[in-house]
Amino acid sequence: MDLAKILRTAVMAAAAVSVTVSAQAADITGAGATFPYPIYSKWADAYKTATGMGLNYQSIGSGAGIKQIQAKTVTFGATDAPLKGEALAKDGLVQFPMVMGAIVMVVNIDGVKPGELVLDGKTVGDIYLGAIKKWDDAAIKKLNPSLTLPSTAITVVRRSDGSGTSFNFTDYLAKVNADWKSKVGVGQAVEWPVGVGAKGNEGIAGNVAQTKGGIGYVEYAYAKQNNMTFAALVNASGKTVKPTLAAFQAAASNADWTKEPGFYQILTNQPGDASWPITAATFILMYKQPTDKTAAADALKFFTWAYDNGDKMAEDLDYIPMPENVVKLVKDTWAKDIQSK
Amino acid sequence: MAAQASLQEVKPYDRARALSAFKIGDVTFYWVTRLSAIAVLLILGGIILSLVVGAWPAIKAFGLEFLVTRRWAPNLEPTPVLGALGPIYGTLVTSFLAMLIAVPVGLGIAVFLTEFCPPVLRRPVGIAIELLAGIPSIIYGMWGFFVLAPFMTDHFQPFFINLFEGVPVLGTIFAGPPSYLSLFNASVVLAIMILPFITAISRDVFSTVPPMLKESAYGLGCTTWEVVRNVVVPFTRAGVLGGVMLALGRALGETMAVTFIIGNSFQINGSIFSPGTTISAAIASEFGEASGLHMSALILLGLLLFVLTFIVLACARLMLARLDAAAGK
Repeated sequence: MDLAKILRTAVMAAAAVSVTVSAQAADITGAGATFPYPIYSKWADAYKTATGMGLNYQSIGSGAGIKQIQAKTVTFGATDAPLKGEALAKDGLVQFPMVMGAIVMVVNIDGVKPGELVLDGKTVGDIYLGAIKKWDDAAIKKLNPSLTLPSTAITVVRRSDGSGTSFNFTDYLAKVNADWKSKVGVGQAVEWPVGVGAKGNEGIAGNVAQTKGGIGYVEYAYAKQNNMTFAALVNASGKTVKPTLAAFQAAASNADWTKEPGFYQILTNQPGDASWPITAATFILMYKQPTDKTAAADALKFFTWAYDNGDKMAEDLDYIPMPENVVKLVKDTWAKDIQSK
Repeated sequence: MAAQASLQEVKPYDRARALSAFKIGDVTFYWVTRLSAIAVLLILGGIILSLVVGAWPAIKAFGLEFLVTRRWAPNLEPTPVLGALGPIYGTLVTSFLAMLIAVPVGLGIAVFLTEFCPPVLRRPVGIAIELLAGIPSIIYGMWGFFVLAPFMTDHFQPFFINLFEGVPVLGTIFAGPPSYLSLFNASVVLAIMILPFITAISRDVFSTVPPMLKESAYGLGCTTWEVVRNVVVPFTRAGVLGGVMLALGRALGETMAVTFIIGNSFQINGSIFSPGTTISAAIASEFGEASGLHMSALILLGLLLFVLTFIVLACARLMLARLDAAAGK
């Protein structure tokens, strides 16, 4: 008897019950990543106005999203950490990228305004390893000769729950900081050497805003909506870039989506002078043979609508829409793989 | 007379019926109570069983090492390294500190309310204490996060850090840097949360002391302190201890408020001003995303909390039995 599975199913069943109570029966149901939640809810709102069909999206984290789709309590799952081809094949899932976004470093230092502080991957890694403890450390000063930095202790804020945002962030650190790679590694939940854990992007944003000397990583929309002090980063080409839509798009333009099955693609530390270094795509998971074909068809209609009409809304929230050719590939995959009729 | 006669006529028949009705009622009552009692045992047994079954993969993989391993690395390949020492340490430290603060203050309030308090104040203070118990724990968490933590971190923690800097042992316990999210801040919030349990129960049992006993003591020339120490407390210690244990039980298992302000960090570095985690906070923040061995380890943590609570309750019983034996009861 696999108790873990039973417990999980029970939790999800409870969640599913509360969903059906609060939403109309016909709503599209999905669950997963918190990272794209702002844009999914905006799309859902506009889609509801346009078609009358609602979306019930629970932003409960990528790992939980994967579990919910495996438990078949939702029509689609959403994850920032893409599943590899073999994992998809095992569960009979189809994976496709929905939208891209960027992760930014947010800080809370007296006298430092948004975009003023410059950090590079090595320094961020050393801060998260606990090797750099104060804001006036020589390594940070060297990157910021013109800033007066206080000798405040650095409070590292990271996720306490498993998270696709953490996956992309640790993937970036492992690429740019050898110590990080050997000591901590990559994952949705890792053995954080220092710092405090907060739940969700909102939790990190709240904790950094609250704590003098705090540093955290959040999806750009969270930093922007909360008027947080974000840092500029040095990218793979050695250029200092600020988090702007142009920088995110530059990073995204390098991606080759056809290379691996399930559009598996990690967009951190991309080359290019203008590229933002921590960019990430967020993915949707659906069954090839859905149990509820109508629900699957409804979900696909929503995704089609979002690809076709949602670009402007995505850009307003500083997400990067998927390029036209990728959308076409995704739609071909749907037609080929998902039996929604 | 006529009425009496008719009453006597039907009496034998009625008595048999009434008796059998009573009997049915009695048997039903017996079985309802008995089944309820059995249900409790079944539920308890079922919970223990399911925890053991769920924790089994982790027990097999880590064994007793689980109790002393400080690392918590769910992403390690091929098998994660998971140990419970961090959460156990955090649970014990926060509960201990919370009791250290809440027991004297809670008993103090109860003594004041029963012995010194002018009748005008008695009701408002009593109601305030009961209201504290009624506040949901998430509210304590938010208040702790937004109000208490910044205050403690900016004013209270630096004082102690500077005071004990360089002193052996104390210097480690009160080591900086100050942190918003720390074992200490969590303990203070916990102390406030468990205060009402200690106060409300102690007040109730203090007021059961027969006035004659107290007045006799006063008549012999005892001060109020002596009356409380030698008459009230010995008379009520079982009840007081019960309240304290109830409070400790709550402190050990409290989840939401603690998760907010403890920092959810598995490191142990000896300082009460550093972030940490408790068993319940670790389960709450990781349960949703865990799978495989990681999930099993979290269930094992739950089992450990269960055992820990059981040990605490058993110790309390034992202590009480000893006290009673010493008192010659």
